[in-house]
Amino acid sequence: MKERLQIWVPKLVLGPSFLLILFFVYGFILYTGYLSVSDSRMLPSYGFVGLENYEKLWNLRHWTGSLKNLAIFGILYIVICSVLGLMLAILLDQKIRAEGVLRPIYLYPMALSFIVTGTAWKWFLDPGIGLEQTMHAWGWASFEFDWIKSRTHAIYTVVIAAVWQSSGFVMAMFLAGLRGVDPDIIRAAEIDGASRARIYRRIIIPMMRPVFLSAFVVLAHLAIKSYDLVVALTGGGPGKATELPATFMYSYTFSRNLMGIGAASAIIMLIMIFSIIVPYLYSELRADRQS
Amino acid sequence: MSNTSTEALNRSSQRLSHGNRLTPARILLYVLLVLFAIYYLLPLYVMLVNSFKPLEEIRGGDMLALPQAWTLAPWSSAWSTAQIGVQATGLKPYFMNSIAMVIPAVLLSTILGALNGYVLTKWRFRGDGVVFGLLLLSCFIPFQIVLIPMARMLGILGLAGTTSGLVLVHLVYGLGFTTLFFRNYYAAFPTELVRAAQIDGAGFFRIFSRILLPSSGPIIVVSVIWQFTNIWNDFLFGASFADVDSVPMTVALNNLVSSSTGVKEYNVHFAGAVLAALPTLVVYVVSGRYFVRGLMAGAVKG
Repeated sequence: MKERLQIWVPKLVLGPSFLLILFFVYGFILYTGYLSVSDSRMLPSYGFVGLENYEKLWNLRHWTGSLKNLAIFGILYIVICSVLGLMLAILLDQKIRAEGVLRPIYLYPMALSFIVTGTAWKWFLDPGIGLEQTMHAWGWASFEFDWIKSRTHAIYTVVIAAVWQSSGFVMAMFLAGLRGVDPDIIRAAEIDGASRARIYRRIIIPMMRPVFLSAFVVLAHLAIKSYDLVVALTGGGPGKATELPATFMYSYTFSRNLMGIGAASAIIMLIMIFSIIVPYLYSELRADRQS
Repeated sequence: MSNTSTEALNRSSQRLSHGNRLTPARILLYVLLVLFAIYYLLPLYVMLVNSFKPLEEIRGGDMLALPQAWTLAPWSSAWSTAQIGVQATGLKPYFMNSIAMVIPAVLLSTILGALNGYVLTKWRFRGDGVVFGLLLLSCFIPFQIVLIPMARMLGILGLAGTTSGLVLVHLVYGLGFTTLFFRNYYAAFPTELVRAAQIDGAGFFRIFSRILLPSSGPIIVVSVIWQFTNIWNDFLFGASFADVDSVPMTVALNNLVSSSTGVKEYNVHFAGAVLAALPTLVVYVVSGRYFVRGLMAGAVKG
């Protein structure tokens, strides 16, 4: 009897977590999926309307605009974070005596809430009070930096703040990668007379390919999920200049009472993320099993 | 990437043989590194310095200057008298809301994550890979996908607008991460020890508490820090599901900063922002090493 019980204990322990996830994650995804083909407006409603919500969604300038913003934001965010992160990691990997002090400084923004980051940068970038005003006070009267108030440039201020927050993290990923490179390979190249720059360009950076991939996956999914930072920094404005899919979904579902369209936009976000994450996780898990 | 790579990160680089002498190239290197340090520190410095200035001094312009007349008034206002929404309560009650939400959510998700990781590595069964895969994938979903059904479910459970409701939400959506941490950690733990104890007649929980738990210190710290940081910093769930007496700190800060009535008291906003950042910053300063380990494990799965 006790033996029989022992067999079931592990499953009974894992069971509740599994059921929670099954219900609150996958069940909820199905529910939202159904809402996206329903006539829900202010409250969920179950009349089937086919793909009507998706058609409406793609005809909304608000939605296509937020996708365009996501493309600008996402590409710049990923590229700048990766380049900056790799550069910082290489700089730090030169036997820097103060590395123990510098590394935590580069990384600490990752511990902050995006709301805090947004508050700080909103003010910093505000032409009436922050950087511009300070430059004026220092005597540079013609200095101008008003991107945050500009319909065409506000999205770049979101990039600035997001890069500030995440680039240190990418630096840490690359630094771990650099420290994992076999020293013998480098020594051999040095003996052959290769310069330091050449060693990095031809040997070390190509070896960082898996880190580039991980950084891309992490940053891309963070970009698609970005919500808090935009809310705190620009509130989606000026106008709709910094609306992203995440803010779109929230405002259509909860402020404009067009829940069907909001659900459809959430499904599109999920598809975007899964098309990046699922192949990645699949290959990671498979590699894991083989090793 | 596994934990070993983070260990490698903390080891100093041994291999680049030359260096250390102060050549012009090395001076340039240090200048660059210091400039970047300034770039990362600047926003925090600006927030801190300006939170000690009277408002007129901020309007004067130079945001980098130290206060001419130091004042603690913005801090006491942010903490206990500032207008948040309709009430002039300061951030204090919301700080307490966040504490009341974070502690149970962190503890529960870490305990369940530890047990899940233990089962998934030491009591494997047919289909455990699928269970883990589903848990892992749940870490990445955009939370917009669960907002509508979760709002309804919290209503049905009678938890709408309560701290308990938020604890449930953070528990559910943190389980994937905590399970991942412990699963990866226990995978490296010798299974023979577990089998030997089993032959000696030790049961499931006894093996866990006597054999695995005593050596789980580091990964418990990683999990607690990760969950604490994420839950404390959450905004979306707080903004969607909280009500008057469960609104967390991040949402209150955003209300404080973006309220459009009256004069914008920037110094109070900064003091509030630092108050909201303080708990996670303290955790980071005290145990940054573990924070980085969590980040890396969360970043590179498998």
